[in-house]
Amino acid sequence: MLELRDVSFRADSENGQKEIISHVNLKIDERFVAFTGPNGGGKSTLARLIAGIYLPSEGKILLDGQDITDKSITERARLGISYAFQQPVRFKGLTVHDLISLAKGKTLTPAEACTYLSEVGLCARDYINREVNASLSGGELKRIEIAMALARSTALTVFDEPEAGIDLWSFGNLITVFEKMYRKINGSILIISHQERILNIADRVIVIADGKVTRDGTKEEVLPGLFTAKTCSVLSGDR
Amino acid sequence: MDGIQKNLLKEIAGLEEIPEGAYNIRENGKSAGRRTTANIDIVTKTDKPGIDILIKPGTKNERVDLPVLLTETGLSDLVYNDFYIGEDADVLIVAGCGIHNAGGLKSEHDGIHAFHIGKNARLKYVEKHYGEGEGTGERIMNPTTVVEIDEGGYMEMETAQIRGVDSTYRTTRAKLADRATLIVHEKIMTHGKQTATTDFEVDLNGKDSGAHVVSRSVAKDESHQLFLSNINGNNACNGHTECDAIVMDDASVSAVPKINANNVDAALIHEAAIGKIAGELLIKLMTLGLSEKEAEEQIVNGFLR
Repeated sequence: MLELRDVSFRADSENGQKEIISHVNLKIDERFVAFTGPNGGGKSTLARLIAGIYLPSEGKILLDGQDITDKSITERARLGISYAFQQPVRFKGLTVHDLISLAKGKTLTPAEACTYLSEVGLCARDYINREVNASLSGGELKRIEIAMALARSTALTVFDEPEAGIDLWSFGNLITVFEKMYRKINGSILIISHQERILNIADRVIVIADGKVTRDGTKEEVLPGLFTAKTCSVLSGDR
Repeated sequence: MDGIQKNLLKEIAGLEEIPEGAYNIRENGKSAGRRTTANIDIVTKTDKPGIDILIKPGTKNERVDLPVLLTETGLSDLVYNDFYIGEDADVLIVAGCGIHNAGGLKSEHDGIHAFHIGKNARLKYVEKHYGEGEGTGERIMNPTTVVEIDEGGYMEMETAQIRGVDSTYRTTRAKLADRATLIVHEKIMTHGKQTATTDFEVDLNGKDSGAHVVSRSVAKDESHQLFLSNINGNNACNGHTECDAIVMDDASVSAVPKINANNVDAALIHEAAIGKIAGELLIKLMTLGLSEKEAEEQIVNGFLR
């Protein structure tokens, strides 16, 4: 279980320090939890605080009761947190096979690496030896990022807007991947998304706005009204 | 062969044993073994140190190994090797130099290689430089490669210097005739106080000739690298030069790509990018459970693969 206790995060801005996350308290142990809310509301910052990329200005973060507030990215990864980037990075020279092996923590045979690629709908034979460089499309990179998370299969996996930057066709497949993941996953999935079809899979939907939790409940409680015209404009940040 | 020599041979040529096919092993300035085949002759020069490698026209799928081993401290070895690749041949040449310097004196190997590539011949040339040894003596290599490619000929040159060479000045000069192609992939890693300079000059003299010169390098510690590349488009041709470097610690890298179009149909491109490893790359690998140092190693190894 992941627990955030009174977590705040401030960053330097032109007008001095700005509070980006403000006194957030959350306990997450459902199988599939979604963060949604307007752009700039603090969702990605919260995800980065959980992964250890940012350290909180105040408050504590606990994983299965252990205080991980001061743990590094590496330590948190080893304790069981995975983090799939919103914009996956490209590596000159490293192949898809290399990255899946690094994610798994051991050198996989091509057949083993292929099972993870097949899970995300990539024809494994075509991809296994490809370099993770600019020749891959945004959708392909996203799926490789998800395959890495599958290979790790940790207690908590955080996905930051998996739908961002991919075409409609890939998006349809992505939903299928997440539906399948929901059925098979052992740990918890925490997903940041604006997409109703992804939020629909979630056991719990948490709305983050202005660095705070503004709504929190089951999808039946939170989703109605969330996609009305008024809230859509709130979600897209055009307030 | 003793253990040191076997290790050098493995590092520079990937060879565990005496190679099959044609070879010439040069050790501490002298020939230490040679084999020729029906299509490949190796002849010792009479006017200066070195050999002529003669490959008959039409020779296909043969390999020549030319390792150079330096294990005596204080030795300066200068060698001239001339390669004649006959028309329509298609061969692989693996050369390389390994220095093991256990003493306090300077060890140096300067190889001057001239390639004459016949009409429609294809050559893949692989060259690895490697240095080791517990001594304080410098390990120096200054290779010069001169290439002439006849009509329709093709040469692919893969060079790597990954470890242990204190100072290197690598010179490459090439002249290409009609429809000739030159592809160069160079990999360099320097560390400590090492210096490495690579200096390419390619004359695209022939119609529809083409050159693609790519260098990938990593400079660590206080090392310094200089990349010079000059492509002259003297006819309707395609030329591309690219330097991609990662700079770390207190190292420095300079890239000076230059292209000259002396013909209206010359299409030339140069690219150069130098920078540190992007933070996002390190973070991504750290979220997979690697330490920062392990992440850095993976990125560097991949980049120089």
